[in-house]
Amino acid sequence: MKTCLVVDDSRVIRKVARKIVEDIGFAVEEAADGQQALDACKKAMPDAVLLDWNMPVMNGLDFLIKLRKEPNGTKPVVVFCTTENDMSHITQALRAGADEYVMKPFDGDIIESKFAETGLV
Amino acid sequence: MTALLSNKFEFLSKDVKTRTGLILGPEKAYLVDSRLGPLARKEGFASVEALVDAMMRGDRKMCVAASEALATHETFFFRDKTPFDLFEKTIMPSLKTARPGRPMKIWCAAASSGQEPYSLGMILDEAGERGADILATDMSAQVLEKAKAGVYTQFEVQRGLPIQKLVKHFEQVGETWKVKPHIRQRVRFEQGNLLDDFSRYGKMDVIFCRNVLIYFDIDTKAKVLDRLANQLSDDGFLLLGAAETVVGLTDSLRPVPGHRGLYAKPETAAKAAAA
Repeated sequence: MKTCLVVDDSRVIRKVARKIVEDIGFAVEEAADGQQALDACKKAMPDAVLLDWNMPVMNGLDFLIKLRKEPNGTKPVVVFCTTENDMSHITQALRAGADEYVMKPFDGDIIESKFAETGLV
Repeated sequence: MTALLSNKFEFLSKDVKTRTGLILGPEKAYLVDSRLGPLARKEGFASVEALVDAMMRGDRKMCVAASEALATHETFFFRDKTPFDLFEKTIMPSLKTARPGRPMKIWCAAASSGQEPYSLGMILDEAGERGADILATDMSAQVLEKAKAGVYTQFEVQRGLPIQKLVKHFEQVGETWKVKPHIRQRVRFEQGNLLDDFSRYGKMDVIFCRNVLIYFDIDTKAKVLDRLANQLSDDGFLLLGAAETVVGLTDSLRPVPGHRGLYAKPETAAKAAAA
């Protein structure tokens, strides 16, 4: 079974996202900030990361930049999922190595379509 | 839910069928309220029934508006993906080799709010294809307006559209996303009904006519397919929706073996099968 790390500081969003991602066939782990996410990735690289931008301790962009420098850190497909919905944030994320980008609010169809886009499903 | 009297429902379904080919059977009665309700309110009628009364008295404008409102305009960028992969990886290269220098003519029949022709425009742009011509038609003036404007909500640009393509081919306008001119200018929009004569469009190399025939009865499907075949160049391709086929409806088109949803004239289909 493929694995997905859901990273968001909101427990509610994590719960909603977990349900959606599990429904499309992933085993899900959760992290509440970028640092927790990085620790989780060092322990076991997931196949996918669904990543919020604004979080305490370490934000999503800083996490992504650090992740891509880790051994095997290019393996996970990283899908941003954030309220930051302007072009400059999107291009910044893509330059840092994001594979896809979801602008909140999202629903199951959008997540599934983005995961399909990157070849995850 | 206000159920229409049967004579009014009968009038409505007959009128809609004549204008659009759409079959409004009793099992679709629920659509009457959900789709005509907003129209009735917008036009100042007290109820859907009052709107249908006006239609029965010969209010042509309301008849046209009701037909448009009852049609399904559901679409999104790169919908179903496979037809677009087929276009990019099979159709476009094969037409290009077969006839170098001659620009491809593409027709999106029932283009709705424009996502399908713009998706093709993005593929052509990224392939560096300059000459191709995309004609996009729909019977509804209202959805064509949206299509021409090329402005989509955040929700619409997230269904089926890869983020790289959003960045490359759209600009952000407030809360919405607008297709950039280099893609918009590739598409010509024209109001057109599949039941009317469309021979003036000339021969087409690729016709996308997806998820339209499913709403027609067998007789109308067969007639439209025959006329689409007439419009198709001898080495051209027709793409239908996943739930649609030519089989049993016309002899002028055949499925291209190995490619679901792809059809061509018998000789071309046979050649593609042998290749």
